Amino acid sequence: MRQGTFQSYLLGFAACLILTLAAYFVASGHLFSKMNLDLAIAAITALQGCLFLFVYLELGQERKPRWNMTVFLFMIGVAALILVGSIWIMYHLNYNLMLHT
Amino acid sequence: MMDTTYLFGRLTLDAFKHDMIETAVGVSALLIGIAITALLTYYKKWRWLWYDWLTSVDHKKIGVMYLIVATIMLFKGVVEALMMRAQQVLSVGDSYGYLSSPHFQQIFTAHGTNMIFFVAMGLTFALINFLVPLQIGARDVAFPFLNSLSFWLFAAGAALLVISMNIGVFSSAGWVAYPPLSGIEYSPGVGVDYWIWSVQISGAGTLLSGVNFLVTILNMRCPGMTLMKMPLFIWSVLIVLVLIIFAFPILTATAGMLSLDRFFGTHFFTPDAGGSPMMYINLIWAWGHPEVYILIMPAFGIFSEIVPVFSEKRIFGYVSMVWAMGSIAFFSFLVWLHHFFTMGAGANVNAFFAFMTMIIAVPTGVKIFNWLFTMLRGKIHFTSPMLWFMGFVVIFTIGGMDGVLMAVAPVDFQVHNSLFLIAHFHSVIIGGVVFGLFSGFTYWWPKIFGFKLNEKLGEYAAFCWIFGFLLAFIPLYILGLMGATRRLDHYELSTGWRPLFIVALAGGLVIAIGIFFQLLQILVSFRDRKKNADRTGDPWNGRTLEWSTSSPPPFYNFAVIPEVQDRDAFWTMKHGSHGEGKPRYEQIHMPKSTAIGVYIGAFSFLFGFAAIWQILWLAIVGFIGIMASLIVRLSDRSTSTYVAIEEIEKIEEERGRA
Amino acid sequence: MNEHKHHADLHFIEVSKNTIFGFWVYLMTDAILFATLFATYAVLHDNTFGGPSARELFSLPHALGATIVLLASSLTCALAMVAVSKSDKTKTIGWYGATFLLGVCFLAMVGTEFARLIASGNGWDRNAFLTAYFTLIGTHALHIVFGLLFMIVFLWEVFRRGLVPVTIRRLTCLKLFWFFSYFIWIFMFGIVYLIGAS
Repeated sequence: MRQGTFQSYLLGFAACLILTLAAYFVASGHLFSKMNLDLAIAAITALQGCLFLFVYLELGQERKPRWNMTVFLFMIGVAALILVGSIWIMYHLNYNLMLHT
Repeated sequence: MMDTTYLFGRLTLDAFKHDMIETAVGVSALLIGIAITALLTYYKKWRWLWYDWLTSVDHKKIGVMYLIVATIMLFKGVVEALMMRAQQVLSVGDSYGYLSSPHFQQIFTAHGTNMIFFVAMGLTFALINFLVPLQIGARDVAFPFLNSLSFWLFAAGAALLVISMNIGVFSSAGWVAYPPLSGIEYSPGVGVDYWIWSVQISGAGTLLSGVNFLVTILNMRCPGMTLMKMPLFIWSVLIVLVLIIFAFPILTATAGMLSLDRFFGTHFFTPDAGGSPMMYINLIWAWGHPEVYILIMPAFGIFSEIVPVFSEKRIFGYVSMVWAMGSIAFFSFLVWLHHFFTMGAGANVNAFFAFMTMIIAVPTGVKIFNWLFTMLRGKIHFTSPMLWFMGFVVIFTIGGMDGVLMAVAPVDFQVHNSLFLIAHFHSVIIGGVVFGLFSGFTYWWPKIFGFKLNEKLGEYAAFCWIFGFLLAFIPLYILGLMGATRRLDHYELSTGWRPLFIVALAGGLVIAIGIFFQLLQILVSFRDRKKNADRTGDPWNGRTLEWSTSSPPPFYNFAVIPEVQDRDAFWTMKHGSHGEGKPRYEQIHMPKSTAIGVYIGAFSFLFGFAAIWQILWLAIVGFIGIMASLIVRLSDRSTSTYVAIEEIEKIEEERGRA
Repeated sequence: MNEHKHHADLHFIEVSKNTIFGFWVYLMTDAILFATLFATYAVLHDNTFGGPSARELFSLPHALGATIVLLASSLTCALAMVAVSKSDKTKTIGWYGATFLLGVCFLAMVGTEFARLIASGNGWDRNAFLTAYFTLIGTHALHIVFGLLFMIVFLWEVFRRGLVPVTIRRLTCLKLFWFFSYFIWIFMFGIVYLIGAS
C-alpha cells in the first residue's frame, strides 16, 4: 500500500491500536510466566514500533541515497550499545559490590 | 535585613571575594576589555564589528571567531598548567606551595574542562567551519543561521567558565565531575553548577553544528564529488560529526541528571536512596570516549591533507584511510569501560573492553604507516607544518602505545589515575590534536587571512613545543610508574619525586617559549603581511578545491560551482586540460546576517547564570528571551538575498588583476 | 524574471530537503537522549530503597488511556498533513486543532498520574526508581509541551500566510516531531508500564 495516504494512516492507526490493546491484555491478564510475559510484551511493542515507523514516519520509502534510513540504523545501533552495555556493566558492578545481599 | 534571595538568588557579595591571583586575573581581564572598548570607539569600529563579524552567518567569519575565542581559552589553559607544575615543585614536605588545596582543585578542573571543551573543540570547529564548504565546492553550510547560533552558544559556555573565576567559584570535582563529590551534599556551592551549565550550553552548540555539517557534507557537495572523491579532511569531519551526533546527547542527558540531583534532590547518582554514582561514571564515559575520538579525528584529516602536499605525492591508501577512520569511530563506541577498569566490573567485562581497546590501535597504526608511505619517495619540504607532523608521529605514537599498554586491565590497575595516565593522554592530545591543529592553522593561514606566516618563527615554535613536551611529560611517565597519583597538590620529599617535577616544570616553560614564538610569529607576519601576501590563492601548490579560490576567498566562495572528476580535484584541474573561456556567472543566493544568534547566546548565558545562582526571575527572562528570539527568527520572511552578476564580475576581475 | 523564479524554486526545494533531513538527524539525537534515560531507568528501576515498586504504584488502565489518546493524536496529525497535501487550509488547521486538544489531554493524564504519586509521598526525590521514572516520562512530556507550543506558532503562521512552501516545510518538521514522540512513547508504555508493572 502506498505510504502517506489517508487509508494507510487509518489502517496503521487501527493496527497500532490492536497491538497496544494486545500488549495491555497480555500484561494485565498475566497470560504467561514472568519471563515469557516480558518477551511477549517486548515483541508486541517492537512490532508496533516498526509498524509505526513504516506507516507514519514513512521510513524505508526514500529513493537512494537512503540517508534517513542510514542515520536511523546508526541510531539504533548506538542506542542498543548504550542500553545493553550499561545494563551488562552495571549488573556486574552491582553484583561485585554485593548490593544483592 | 532585606531578603535578597528573590532578586539575587544565592548570589551575595561574598561571591566576589577572591584571593590575590584570581583578583589580579579578573582585574587584568577587565582592563583589557576596557582597552578594547576604547580602541573600538576611538577608531569607530563598532558598526564594523557588529555588522561584519558578530552578526555574520558566513562560515569563514564564524570560523575566525571560533579561532579567537579558542585562542584566548588556550592562554588560560596553559597558565593553569604552569600554575599546577609550579605548585607541584614547591609543595613538598613542610611547604605547601602557593596554592591552597581548594584553589588547586579548581585549577585542574578548569584546566581540563577548558582545554577539552573550549580549546580543542573550539580550534577544531574553527577549522571545520572555515574549510568544509570550501573543500566540497559549496558556498556555505546547510544552515548558516544555525551555524552562527552554534558559535554564540559556544561563546556563552566559555563566558560562564571565565566569569566563574571572579563571581563565585568553579567546580573542584574534576573535568568529568564524578558524583558523589559533584553532588549537592559534597559540593554545595556553585562550582559544579558552573561546570554543568558551561558544558550543557556549549554542548548544545556542538550538537547543532554536528547536524549542520552532516547535512552540508551529505547534501551539498559539488557535482562530481562522490563520497570516495572527497578530501580526507572532509571524511574525517564526516566521521567526527557522526560521533558528535550519537555521543553528545549522552552528555546532555547525564549532566542534566546530575543537575536534577543537585537542584531537586533526586536520586540518580546519590550514595543513598538507591542512587548509583557508578551509573554516572558509566554514562559519562560512554560519552567521554567518543569525545576523545572527536578530538583526534580532524587532526588525522589535517595530516592527510598536509603530508601529500609537502611530499608532492598523492596520499597512500586513500580507501584504507577511509576504512581506518570508520572502524576507529565504530570501535570508539565499544571501549568506554577502559576508563574505569578498576571500578570492579569483574574479569569478563574488563576483558571484553580491554580487547576492544587493543583493536583500535590497528586502524590507527594503518593510518600512521599510510602517512609514512606517502612520504616515501616523495619530494619532501620540511616546512613547519611538516615539523609539527613529525613531532606528531613520535609523540602520538608513544602516547598510543602506552594506551595499548594500559588496555591490559591488570596493568591499568597499577597505573589508573596515576601520572602515567596523565602523560598518556597529554601525549595523544598534544602530540595528536594540538600539533595537528597548529600544523593545519599554519598551512591554511594564508587562505584564511591572505598572507603567509613567518616560516622561521614557526620552526622555532615547533621545536620548542616538541622538545618542551618531551621534557614536560617523560618525567610524568616515570613519576606515574613510581606511584605518583594525579591531582596531587602536596607530597613528601622522601618519595624522590621532586627532581622529576622540576624537570617537568622546565619542560612547561620551554612550551611557554614556544607559545611566545607563535605569538611573535603572528605579530611579525601581520606586520609583514604585504610582503608575504598570497596573491595566487595557491601558495603551497595544493591539491584540494579551497586553493582554487583567492586568499581570502570572496564571501560567496566560488563564482561558479566547480565540477569535479577525481580525488585531489584542484590538482587535476591544474594539471589537466580545462575548458577555458569566460565563465558564465549566475545570480548567487546568499544568506543575510542576523543578530538572533547573538541574542540567543546572550539569553542562554543569562539563563545559565540564573540557573547557577538560582535567580528565578532571571531564568524566566533568559528562557523567554530564547523562545522569543527563535519565534522572531521563524517569522522573518527575508533571510536571504541575491548577489547581482555585476558584483560577482567585479570581484572576480579584481582577483584576476591582483 | 522567470529564470529567477525557477532558480528560487530549485533553491527552495534544495533548502527544504536539507531542512527536513536535518530535522530528522536532530530527532535521532533526541532518540539517543531517550536511550540514555531508558538505560538509567533499566539500571535503577529496582532501587526502591524499601519503598513501593512499579507494580504497586502504576495504574495500567490509566497508562493505556494516555497511550490511546496520544495514538489518536498521531492519526489527527496525519490527517492534517493529508489536508496539507490537498492545500486545504481549513482542514489543516482543524485537524491540527484536534491534535492539539488530544495532546493537552495526554499531558493532563500524565500530569494527574504524577500528582497522584506525589500526593501519596512517592515523588521523584523518594528513591532512585521514582527519580528515573519521573525523569523518563517527564522528559517525554516536556517534548510534548514544546510540540504543542510550536504547533500554536506554526498554525498561527498558516492562518496568516496560508499553506505556502515555508509553512508546509515547518508543518512537515512538526509532524515528524509529533510522530516521533509517539514512537518513543510506544517503548515507554511497553517497558515502563507493561513490563515494569506486571
